[in-house]
Amino acid sequence: MNQFQYVRATKPQAAIEAVAKDPNARFIAGGTNLVDLMKRGVMTPQKLVDINRLDLRKIERQNNALRIGALALNSTVADDRQVRERHPLLALALNAGASPQLRNMATVGGNMLQRTRCPYFYDTALPCNKRQPGSGCGALEGINRMHAIFGFSDKCIAVHPSDMSVALVALDATVQVSGPKGNRSIPFADFHRLPGDTPEKDTNLEPGELITAVDIPDGPFTKHVHYQKVRERASYAFALLSVAAALDIDNGTIKAARLAMGGVAHKPWRLTAAEQALIGKPATEAIFRQAATVAMQGAKAFKHNEYKLRLGPNIIVQALKTAAAA
Amino acid sequence: MATNHEPDVPANHNEDRRTFLKQSSLLTALALVPGPVVSAAEAKLDERVAEAIEQVPLSLKVNGKKLKLKVEPRTTLLDLLRENLHLTGTKKGCDYGQCGACTVHVDGQRVNSCLSFAVMHDGQEITTIEGLADGDKLHPMQEAFVKHDGFQCGYCTPGQIMSAVACVREGHAGSEEEIREYMSGNICRCGAYPNIVAAIQDVKQGGQKV
Repeated sequence: MNQFQYVRATKPQAAIEAVAKDPNARFIAGGTNLVDLMKRGVMTPQKLVDINRLDLRKIERQNNALRIGALALNSTVADDRQVRERHPLLALALNAGASPQLRNMATVGGNMLQRTRCPYFYDTALPCNKRQPGSGCGALEGINRMHAIFGFSDKCIAVHPSDMSVALVALDATVQVSGPKGNRSIPFADFHRLPGDTPEKDTNLEPGELITAVDIPDGPFTKHVHYQKVRERASYAFALLSVAAALDIDNGTIKAARLAMGGVAHKPWRLTAAEQALIGKPATEAIFRQAATVAMQGAKAFKHNEYKLRLGPNIIVQALKTAAAA
Repeated sequence: MATNHEPDVPANHNEDRRTFLKQSSLLTALALVPGPVVSAAEAKLDERVAEAIEQVPLSLKVNGKKLKLKVEPRTTLLDLLRENLHLTGTKKGCDYGQCGACTVHVDGQRVNSCLSFAVMHDGQEITTIEGLADGDKLHPMQEAFVKHDGFQCGYCTPGQIMSAVACVREGHAGSEEEIREYMSGNICRCGAYPNIVAAIQDVKQGGQKV
């Protein structure tokens, strides 16, 4: 591993300044992804600013939303009473991710900032435009069974690995950010970006900007929710594909619906057209199947991930059925 | 006389092996520091090498013992425990957070010690497998692993036991299904899973304090 300078920040402003003025500096919180990437030489920061002492761990309600501090641990959030009562979809998604040990280390902010698990990104001997812009995309013509079916470009077909983020985009969360130019809010759907010509940029954060919290607005999705994750073993593996489903059902009729997919794009993939196809309709399998067909419009497979085109709609239907029955 | 010395031989061999490993890993680290320092190392001037690498002060409580240390920022918590403190019960399996062999408790919570830098744990309390027993009396989970044969080669066992203790303390040992889900971060290549689950269920049902 490369050598680096290590500093501990006790105030957000000091942390922000340290990272804003040094392009080779990075924040470190749980470290579960960054330490891994540093060991492999994929990321080589010259300075680490430890933000674990910042007061960003609280989970509290304010202004009709639940504010979750960026440093709240994944395990703490998943077990939090308010989260489980008001946003059970988030707890389900968190518990579907990683292992108990990792959830005890990983923070909410860090989870959002996970890098892709694309094997071409991880292997420094192979080309990857995300790791080394201009070197090419190894996955495009390579082993691409884990890769995107939506929103990719000819520069990058990687997917975002977070389960938590799939629930947060479905729940219309907002990301609170503090930076050298002050504070701002970013709608969760605009936080991660599509690869386009600059796949090295995963998110729309500006240099030095620090995630301070995630706000989830109060909503009706307290009962009929489900997070369905398909992976290659029963637990502790990244998603081949996942679906977050939330329904508000009144007398058999769907009043409101939220639907998002993971493992299919460079960002958590919200399915707004499919949601519209559900609203006002009866909560039946036939309607779920119609919505799934809408959801998959525009999907395109590569050589090894064609299975996702069939798996996708089937998992959407299964997630909606399970949510409706919950 | 000769028989008195014999038991020391394997221990000395181990010590030599560790010393060698420490020196060789130090030399590997030197690939990244400037030239003059490398020649210093070749001349076995280890003190000067240590000075060339930034050392950060660190206070830890490890298995109940307060320690004041200085560590290079790249040192993972796992390497600190094994290489600096010689607590080799905690195992290095994958070193990438995928196997759970390195599981320890930090302030009572189970974590993968390979995926965080030691310097990030200033002021915290670490418990390793060495800190679980009460003197010569094994922890109930250790007893249960022995009783149920919860291992074969034993390499994953310290991590399994640390994780199993946390699993029960967290209240995630309610059923076989729940135990399997909440022990999924600990891989056993020998496949001792049924016996590991049995050991955890035994401790949970036994109602002993864990």
